[in-house]
Order: sequence, then C-alpha cells, then structure tokens
Amino acid sequence: MLLSETTTSPLFSLVPLIVFLPVLGLLVNMIFGGRMGEKAVGAVASAASGLAFVISVLLGIALWTGGGEATVVPFAEWIKIGALDIPWNFRVDTLSVTMMLVVSGVGTLIHIYAIGYMHEDVRFKQDEKRYRRFFVFMNLFIAMMMILVSGDSYLMLFVGWEGVGLCSFLLIGFWYEMDTLGRPSWANSNAAIKAMIANRIGDFGFLIAGLTMFWAFGSVQFGQVFGIAEEIAAAQPGIILAITLFMLIGVAGKSAQIPLYVWLPDAMAGPTPVSALIHAATMVTAGVYLVARSWPLYSLAPNAQYIVAMVGAVTALFAATIAVGQYDIKKVLAYSTISQLGFMVAAVGMGAFAAGMFHLVTHAFFKALLFLSAGSVILGLERGHHHLAHHNSSAAAAPTPPKDGHTPAGHFGSPSHHEEEVFDPGDMRNMGGLRKRMPVTFWLYIIGTLALAGIFPFAGFWSKDEILLDAAKLHPEIYILLAIAAFFTAFYMGRQIWMVWFGKPRHAAAEHAEESPKVITVPLMVLAGLSVLGGALNLPGLHTLTRWLEHTIELAEHEVHLAAWLQISWGGLNPLVALLSTVLALLAIFISWLIYGRKPLETGQKDPLKKPLGFIFTGMENKWFVDEIYSVVFLKPYAAISRFLADVIDWRFWHDWFHDKVIAGTYQWISRTVLDLRVDQQGIDAFFNGLGELTKRTSAGLRRLQNGFVRSYALAVLFGVIAILGYLLIR
Amino acid sequence: MNFGSIPLTYYLVLSAALFTMGALGVLIRRNALIIFMSVELMLNAANLAFVAFARQYGVFTGQLFVFFVMTVAAAEVAVGLALIVAIFRTKHSIDVDQMSSLKG
Amino acid sequence: MDLTLILFIILAVTAIATALGLLISRNAVYAALFLVMNFACVAIFYLLLGAPFIAMAQVTVYAGAIMVLFLFVIMLLGAEKLPKGDVLPVQRPLAIGAAVILLAEAVILLVQRFQSTAMLQAPGTVENSMDSLREMSGLLFTEYLLPFEVTSILLLVAMVGAIVLTKQEKGTRG
Repeated sequence: MLLSETTTSPLFSLVPLIVFLPVLGLLVNMIFGGRMGEKAVGAVASAASGLAFVISVLLGIALWTGGGEATVVPFAEWIKIGALDIPWNFRVDTLSVTMMLVVSGVGTLIHIYAIGYMHEDVRFKQDEKRYRRFFVFMNLFIAMMMILVSGDSYLMLFVGWEGVGLCSFLLIGFWYEMDTLGRPSWANSNAAIKAMIANRIGDFGFLIAGLTMFWAFGSVQFGQVFGIAEEIAAAQPGIILAITLFMLIGVAGKSAQIPLYVWLPDAMAGPTPVSALIHAATMVTAGVYLVARSWPLYSLAPNAQYIVAMVGAVTALFAATIAVGQYDIKKVLAYSTISQLGFMVAAVGMGAFAAGMFHLVTHAFFKALLFLSAGSVILGLERGHHHLAHHNSSAAAAPTPPKDGHTPAGHFGSPSHHEEEVFDPGDMRNMGGLRKRMPVTFWLYIIGTLALAGIFPFAGFWSKDEILLDAAKLHPEIYILLAIAAFFTAFYMGRQIWMVWFGKPRHAAAEHAEESPKVITVPLMVLAGLSVLGGALNLPGLHTLTRWLEHTIELAEHEVHLAAWLQISWGGLNPLVALLSTVLALLAIFISWLIYGRKPLETGQKDPLKKPLGFIFTGMENKWFVDEIYSVVFLKPYAAISRFLADVIDWRFWHDWFHDKVIAGTYQWISRTVLDLRVDQQGIDAFFNGLGELTKRTSAGLRRLQNGFVRSYALAVLFGVIAILGYLLIR
Repeated sequence: MNFGSIPLTYYLVLSAALFTMGALGVLIRRNALIIFMSVELMLNAANLAFVAFARQYGVFTGQLFVFFVMTVAAAEVAVGLALIVAIFRTKHSIDVDQMSSLKG
Repeated sequence: MDLTLILFIILAVTAIATALGLLISRNAVYAALFLVMNFACVAIFYLLLGAPFIAMAQVTVYAGAIMVLFLFVIMLLGAEKLPKGDVLPVQRPLAIGAAVILLAEAVILLVQRFQSTAMLQAPGTVENSMDSLREMSGLLFTEYLLPFEVTSILLLVAMVGAIVLTKQEKGTRG
C-alpha cells in the first residue's frame, strides 16, 4: 500500500482532469448551451465525457508501464480540523482505473446515444432547455462518479457516492411532471423520491460505517485505514465486523440489493440512457466497487463476507424470478440488473474480488447495450405509433402531452378523455415480430441477450462462469442459488426475445415500427462489440484482469478442500461448471421457446405461464408484493405513527397544550403582567422617560444661556478665568 | 532700595490692573471698535509683564515674545477691522449687541 | 524716592488713567486717543526695562500703524458714538464685580504668592545700545526662526483675509 514516488509518471498528474473535464462540459452547456442548439450541446457533453475517457486510457497506460503500483496524486487540502486531516487526493491504481475506464467509456457511448434518443423522446417537446439540462446532469454524473472511484478516502468516496445519488434523483425525475407515458402525473417524481429515500437508508449505513471507522482507526484514508486494519482486527474484531456490515447497508442501497432494491425498478421512469448509464452500468456498481475497495476490511471479517455473499446470492435469485413475470421491457431489464448486481455482490462478498469486478465490467457492456437497444425499440414503436396517428388522423390514440409542461398541477385530477386508449410503447404485449421492422436493433439485442444469458463465447459467459466457479469452490449453497438465478436469467431473456422480436405484431404500432438512426445504432454496435469480446479481458489461463487487479487487491489463496469434480481444470476454467451453466442456459432458452416461441402470443392473450404456475406467477408478476409488504409493514405504520406523533403528540399535546397553554401562557403572563407593565412600563420606561424629560427641561433652561450676545459669552469666559485663578489661589 | 531700581512686583501689579481694565472694557462696551481697543490694551498689559520678566532674568526671550505678540496683534487688527467693516455694511451698526442672531 | 520711581509712578498713573478713559469715553475717537496715550506710556516702560527695540516697535506699530488704522475705520464708518440704551442691563454690574475679583485674585497671586523681591535696575547705555538689538536679531533668526517664518505667513494670511473680507462684490452693494 506504500506509494512509489520513484515510478510516478507525469501522466498521473492528469488525473484531476477526469473530474474537471466533465465539470467544464457541464459549465459550458450551462452558460452557453441556450444558444448553441441541440447538436452542439450533445457534442460538448459527449466530448467532455470522451476526453475523460482519453485521460483514463492514458492513466491506464501510465499504470501499465509503471508496473501497476498505486499512486496517490495530491490535489488540494480539503478538511483540516485538529487531528482530522483529509486532503482531496486522487488514487490511481488498477481498481480505480478499471472503474474510470468503464464509467467514461460506457458513459461516452451513452452520451452519444442520448443525442439521438433525447431528441426523439415523445416527452421531449422541442424544449431546448430540457435537452441542455439533461446533458448537464449527465456530465455532472460522470464527474461525480469519477470523484467516487478516484477518491483516496472514504469521505471523498462518500462525496461522489452522494453526488451520483443526487444525479440519479435528478435524472429519474427528469420528466418530473409526467409519468412514463407522458401523461401529467407525479409518478416520475415519486419514483425519484423513492430512489432518494431508499438510498438515504443505505447512505445512513455507510455514514455510520465511516464514522465508526474514523472513531476506531482515526482516519478514513484508504492507505492509513488498510495499513492498521489488521492491528485493529486483532484488538477489536467486532469493530471490523460492524464497519463492514454497516457498509453492507450502504451497498444494498446503492447497488439495489435486498432489502433496499425496490427503488431500482421504479427508477426506470428516467430516460432510457439514464437507465443504461446510471441504473445499469455504473452507479449501481458503486456498491460492488466499495466492497472491492474495502477488501482488506472484508478479508478480516469472514462472517461479514458470508453475509454479503448471501445477500447478493439471494438478491440474484429473487430478482431473477420477478423478472420472469414482468411485461415492461425496461422493467425486465431492471430486475435483471438487480439480479446481476446480486451476482457481483455475491462474488466480492466471497472474496472473489477479481471475478466480481470482471462481471461488473462485462455487465456494464451488455446491460448498457440491452437498455439502449430497448430504448431503440421503444423509440421504434413510438415512431410506428406516430405514423399511425398521422395516417388515421385520430388524435384520440395519441398520448396528448400537457400543453404547458411546467404546470402539470392544473391537469391533475381532470379526467383525461383519452385515458382508455393510452399506448405504452414499453409494454412487451404490444410488441412482437419486430425483427423484420428493426433488424439492426434485433441483432444487437440478440448479442446482448446471449451475453447476459452466459452463452459461450460472449462476455457474460466468462465473467458469470468465474463467479460460479468461485462460488462452487467456496460456498456450495451460494453456488446453487446463483446457478438457479442464472437459469432464470436465460429464461426471462429468452421470453423477452420471443415476445418482442418473434411472432406477429400484437399492436398496430409494432406493425409500423421503424429502425433508429445511426446516432443511436452506432454506439450500440460498439457496445455489442464489447459484449462479444469483453470476455477477452480475463480469459481462463491468461487472467489479464485478475493479474491487473492483483496490484491493488491481494487475492487470498483459497485453502479449501475441493471436491473431486472441481479439481479438473483447464487453465482455470472448470469444464464441469462451465458446461453445467451453459447447459442450464440453453435449457432455459429452450423452455422459453417451448412456452413463448413455438406458439407466439396473440393480442390480448394472457401469459401462458399464468395457468400452470397460478399464484406463483401472480407473485412474480406483482414483484412478490414486496412493495405492498413494505407498504403494510413500514410505510403504513410509519405514516400512522407520524400522524399520531404529528396530530396527538406534536399538535395537541406539544403545541396546543404545552406550548400554547403552559409555555406561552406562562411566558405571556410573565411578559405582560410582570415584565411589560411593572418592569418595563413602570420601571424602565418611567426611568428613561424621566431622564428624557429632565434633559428636555434642562436644555430648555440652558438654552437661555445661548443668548447670542457676544459680551455675555465673554463674561462667561471671565468667570472661567476667575475660577481658575481662584483654584490656583486656594491650591 | 537701590538707586534707579523698581521692584518687579510693581510692574506686575500695573500689568494686572491694565489687563483687568482691558477685560472690563471688552465686557461693558458695546462699540465693537472700543472692544477691539480693549483687547489691544490687554495684549499690552501682557507684553509689559513679559518685558519685566525678561529684564529680571536678563534674557531676550521675553522681548521676542512681545515681538511676536505685536505681529499677531497687527494681523488681528487687520482682520478684525475688516470684519467690522463687513458687518457694518450689512447691519449699519457696530453695536455688538445687535449682532445676536445666533441665539438658542 | 529716586527719580526712576517717581517716573514709574507718574507713568503708571497716566497709564491707568488713560485706560480708564478708554473705558468710559463715549466717543470712539477719544477712546482711540486715550489708547495711544496709554501705548506711549507702555513704550516708556519698555525703555525703563532696557528694551529699546520693543519700545520703538510699540510706538511705530501700535501707536503709529494700528491706532491710525483704528481712527481711519472710525472716521470711515462714522460710528464715533452709539445710541443709548443697553439690552443687557445686568452685564455692567456683573462685569465690574468680576473684574474686581479678577484684579484682587491677580494681585494676591502676584504679590503674596509670588513674593518676588527682585529689583529691576534702570538700564544703562549698554543695554540701550544697538548691541542688544544685534543679540536679539541673532536669536530671532536662529533659535526662533520657525516662529518667525510662521509669523510672516500669518501676516500674509491676515492681509489676504482682510482684502477678501472687505471686498465688495458686484451686485451686493447696498
């Protein structure tokens, strides 16, 4: 963990730019964006993000040539109060650079995609300010994410952590005055608030972890904390356990794990590029990064590690089952993201930090690809719908947006006459047969699906397999959970493929869907390429990424007694594990074909799984009623208690009785009767009024002395002289 | 008593008497010009005391002071008379009691 | 009684008498002439005290220049006499009383407290020669150079001031 001053490359001094280039971009857009036009705003934002990527690449090269030693670049003095000294330092090591590359790389592609996407979004009504605001937020997000991954202390990490949380809030509620379909409603705002609150619970845990750390370690800087972690662990093992578990709460909030995952599906209310960038590829992986960054602490607390791994595994399976029952194309992907984050958290929880990070990277590629492709599909359907609406010239079917986007309140409550015919372009039941209408997006989507399902040789196969292998070695029960989750993953992705792309169009809009322009498809192609080749980062036998990360994370040798079937190894690739997961995935896709592909859904038909599974499917469809359970268990009692506290305790008791009667009454009595009348009016006022009156009268008398006759004044002077001489005489 | 000598005290008493009469003149006369002359008389009384002391101590400082006082008196008379002339132009009188606008 | 003392007494009486004349004369011209007489007495005192230069200056500056200026102004304004009537009837008795007290205090202070037994010798030819003047000029231009220069500035200011004050601006006449 010691810094190597000798090998410091001058390139390292560029590291503040990864934060300040996006900040510069957002400032330019904020100040000049109003006059630059859409294209230029998008170009500036993309360029800012792209330059940050270039800097990240340069840092990566510097690190590679410098032997991968961690370098701390001091930037500014930040907090210095007594013993507390937290500078703003940038930490350039293999872990942070990996994150920087993912954030800025995927981020840049999504920025470019968003130039086209935001223009076409139905909710975007040529409102240039909105357009600019979107890119300002996106740049701010990149900057904050960079602060998160490059900070050298938990506090700096926390600044970024809160910053991305803020950006997430702002962007989920980007169309704050409407719901996902553009109707006036506060639904999007509520989704944003939900995300904020769920994250707040997590942040609270993180904060406690950080404060405990400062209390126990006397520092929150990575180098110092990790340096004395072992001593502290030997002296007080409970401290490390507490810190790591509180940190887990933070991880559960940010990375959407049980029990705080509920915000992520709702976060799909944001524009699709946001879902891809923040809620799939980067921000939600911050928790994984946090655990990986804190590996020295977690390594010292095996119990905490097991809990983390278990939370991740259960989340992975739980979310995967919900994904099966969803109809909204983005909701499926949202639950898939939660499930995949569960994989990552399970991996880093087990101590397989490299595998977790590997999956983080590949997942960023293919999940961003899937989300953006889904966005392309939604746009395609909207185009088809628009086309229809124009041809039939029936405005009834079109989701008429509110005329004045800034004052939605006036529209609320008024019954919308077109409510019954609202077309949801994200509902898979409205799709079908799209592969002929949108061939490019179709192929891109297939690539993303195969990568996510873990089919050889796509990126997801390698990373997921590595996690499964580590799980099989360390914790068989976690392996079983994850393997089932992987099966479900392949199943729901298969279901989605058959429902969206095959069969016959189930809605007129799907029939007329149109392919997206190049500005949208080209970034997708890049991501598709990465999804195909991403596995090359850490191929078995080479383990490039693992070696790379080993400069930062010392991976412990697992001394476990391996079962015989696990000891077979082809350069780190266990054929049995790999074969089993591939077979499971293919089987799942085959089953999905049996159910959804062989006999495609008809318009208005219920999901074929509903009959055989019955209430189980109802549960999946309704997200296992978690929101409802939370509502009954937490929200309702909370509201009831709040109401009780507000009405009875605060209002009636404290306000009406205690404050009004007791305090205010006593106070008023004292002030009115005692202080005001007796002391103030009759005492102080009288005294000062008397003083004033005295002064007035005295001056009225003295005024006569000033009679204007110079001789009188001279006489007064003479009296003065006499007095002085008299004093000299009698002295 | 030495021949040809006068006690210092005599001069001082004379000086005090002249000064008092000058002061009295300032106080009881209404004519601005006479008030001025009385001021000159007071200055002269002081000068007389200065010279007497200079004589007693055998130094010239007292005489030099008289010299400066005379210069100041000359300057004062020039400005004072100019003031009186200016006042006379507006008030058509040199009675100081008529110049009592600045009263409280 | 030697001659010097007799001379002193005569001069002192004259001085006091002329001062009284200044005090009580109703005509300003008479007052001015009394004052000239008084200044002349004081000039002789200066000679008695061995200060010939001061005596000459007294005659030329005071009796000559200043008093002529006074007379000039009196004649110019035609304000020899003021009409009768006093708006401050209390002023006169109060002033006289105060003056008596002042004189009494001064005499007590000077005579009783000071208790000076010094005798001032009438000057010989040496003191009244030009040597004393040379010595005095030496002091004036060495030790007292700064006050001397300040005095010159004061005179200049007084001159300018007098001109400004008496200057009649166009349109303000009458």
